[in-house]
Amino acid sequence: MEYVDSLTGFRLDGRRPNDMRQIRGEIGVVAKADGSALFEMGNTKVIAAVYGPREVQNKGQQINNQALVRCEYSMANFSTGDRTRRPKGDRRSTEISLVIRQTMEACILVHLMPRSQIDIFVQVLQADGGTRSACINAATLALADAGIPMRDLVTSCSAGYLSSTPLLDLNYVEDSAGGPDVTVGILAKTDKVTLLQMDSKLPIDIFENVMQLAIEGCKAIAQYIREVLLENTKLLESRKGL
Amino acid sequence: MISRLSSRRRLAEPAQPSLLLLPSDSTSPPDFLPCLAVLLPSLSISSVLPAPAQPFLLPSLSPSFLALSLRSSLLTAQPFLFLSLSPSAHSSRAPSYSRHSSQQLPYSVVAPHINKEAAMTTMLRELRLSLNQTQRVRLQSALQSLQEMSSLASTITVVADTIPVNHEDSILKGHGTSDLNGEVVATLCGVVERINKLVYVRAQRARYKPEVGDIIVGRVIEIAPKRWRLEINFSQDAVLMLSSMNLPDGIQRRRTAVDELNMRSIFEENDVICAEVRGFQHDGSLHLQARSQKYGKLERGMLLTVPAYLVKRRKQHLHHLQQYGIDLILGCNGFIWVGEHVNSHGENDSAANRENREDAVNKTGELQVIQEVQEPERTTPLEVRQHICRVANSVRLLSALGFNLTVEFIIDTVEASISSNTDIKDMLAAEFYVQTAEREVQRRVSLSRKH
Repeated sequence: MEYVDSLTGFRLDGRRPNDMRQIRGEIGVVAKADGSALFEMGNTKVIAAVYGPREVQNKGQQINNQALVRCEYSMANFSTGDRTRRPKGDRRSTEISLVIRQTMEACILVHLMPRSQIDIFVQVLQADGGTRSACINAATLALADAGIPMRDLVTSCSAGYLSSTPLLDLNYVEDSAGGPDVTVGILAKTDKVTLLQMDSKLPIDIFENVMQLAIEGCKAIAQYIREVLLENTKLLESRKGL
Repeated sequence: MISRLSSRRRLAEPAQPSLLLLPSDSTSPPDFLPCLAVLLPSLSISSVLPAPAQPFLLPSLSPSFLALSLRSSLLTAQPFLFLSLSPSAHSSRAPSYSRHSSQQLPYSVVAPHINKEAAMTTMLRELRLSLNQTQRVRLQSALQSLQEMSSLASTITVVADTIPVNHEDSILKGHGTSDLNGEVVATLCGVVERINKLVYVRAQRARYKPEVGDIIVGRVIEIAPKRWRLEINFSQDAVLMLSSMNLPDGIQRRRTAVDELNMRSIFEENDVICAEVRGFQHDGSLHLQARSQKYGKLERGMLLTVPAYLVKRRKQHLHHLQQYGIDLILGCNGFIWVGEHVNSHGENDSAANRENREDAVNKTGELQVIQEVQEPERTTPLEVRQHICRVANSVRLLSALGFNLTVEFIIDTVEASISSNTDIKDMLAAEFYVQTAEREVQRRVSLSRKH
């Protein structure tokens, strides 16, 4: 199957190889949570809710000098094409929960909130490839909304290599083609990588190109996220008055 | 042709009917995936779009605001289902973003401009309102004028932004900042405050930041040996020691084992308590004290939670609204108590009563927990209850609008609702919401004119 049209250079959905999907971020979607966000990358739609810092519920897990970060990733039954009931603790969910937790823990300043707990709940409402990245971006927005101090904004994007072309931001069809899929998460300003995952195999020189492309995508998302947060902060402050 | 909706950039629009498949522009190369908006659960399909904006009267707003709002509403007149407030930002197609133009093709990433006008619309977290067209435009213009009045562009910061600092002065880096390669970088989203040499970032929707002497309202979660654990809006639970609490008999004495066993008769789980911050424990959690007569268990009322940043520290937090017969306690942690006025616990502590109790103790020869003099069970009169509901609704309304909570403002809102004959339940509805926003705009305009 031709993932990149040889004549025109367009992908299956009409994008160019270096084009990202449409992104959209929205803050404050869950009223009860301390911070929440909805993040869309094309058709992939993800909601993140952050609770915390609050009292640790399981005293045995309490850490004396820093906060405990917990993360739970789940996909809604209706998120994929066929409606299936997903068990809570299935392997893929556990792995992605762990990945997101490690990524966010690297950027939250946990030592400022000892003996407390920060819960990040991420749920995929619509899955069309790149759910991991969308989850991390949504979690960043939600953490910033909750006023939890962070080192930097973490953003994530995926890239692949199909039909001998590096492709940015794979959707589901391209993802399920079985080619390499590199997911990168970076701290946007300090240029540090917090997440790097790949499926399948790639020669090292092509891998460098693909990873660089994904990093470019991350930086663009970071710029957008920054604007969303700026707008939101201005709004809250102007309403509050003196 | 259905123009590309910048509603993709919109922030929350509650109760929207929705689904639109957008074809890409035929004129420009298809950069974006055609966007499928999700079918949102719509509570009511209330926003029916007329083609042109209806002429409407905004008697309360000055002509400039009127002109602004009319212009924006005319621009929005487009025949589609979304009530997008202005897709005029089709300049939202950002120029191609290319950082390393040497290596790769510049790619047009969606780094769009945020649709500012839509962003100003109700970002309602708690209240889900269905506004009709007129109300929506009024609200938008009110919020827009609020935004124009505040000149904060220079002081707002986002995570990882550099804070402009004069490096020659020695600067103290306060909360919300950190040092990165010699630059001061923000770790929170908020407003930069500078006081003398101190630079810090004040976050908005963060949890409560306690200070010694704050008056707070909390809820008992647990009874532990010689202490109660209270939930306040903080990263850890607060502790109220038995010794920091007055005993029911009012005598000052050492707490014995019997007292400890009878803790439950003073406060139980899920009781609401008003207390004062005494200090911090070694592990960072709070110590509270409730020794004065104005603190203690709160009954016959309602507890409301608002974001902690809306409650400012003032001289007085316990208010007695005499005209309604209500106690209003604005806890610094964002917990607000509205309740029937209790003619303070001070009565029970009068000297005569104390003497009687001491006699009772001597007679029986052993310590008993002496119940407070129980008044016969009385019910709160209907009018007081209605006032409680009105005050509570006005608190909810103001916190949903994001305005600072002060007693004067709350009372103003209640008065306005009474004078405009709004039903208590209608106070949370669209019309009163918009009216309150407009009134606040007027108030701020008149305040700024005075200065």
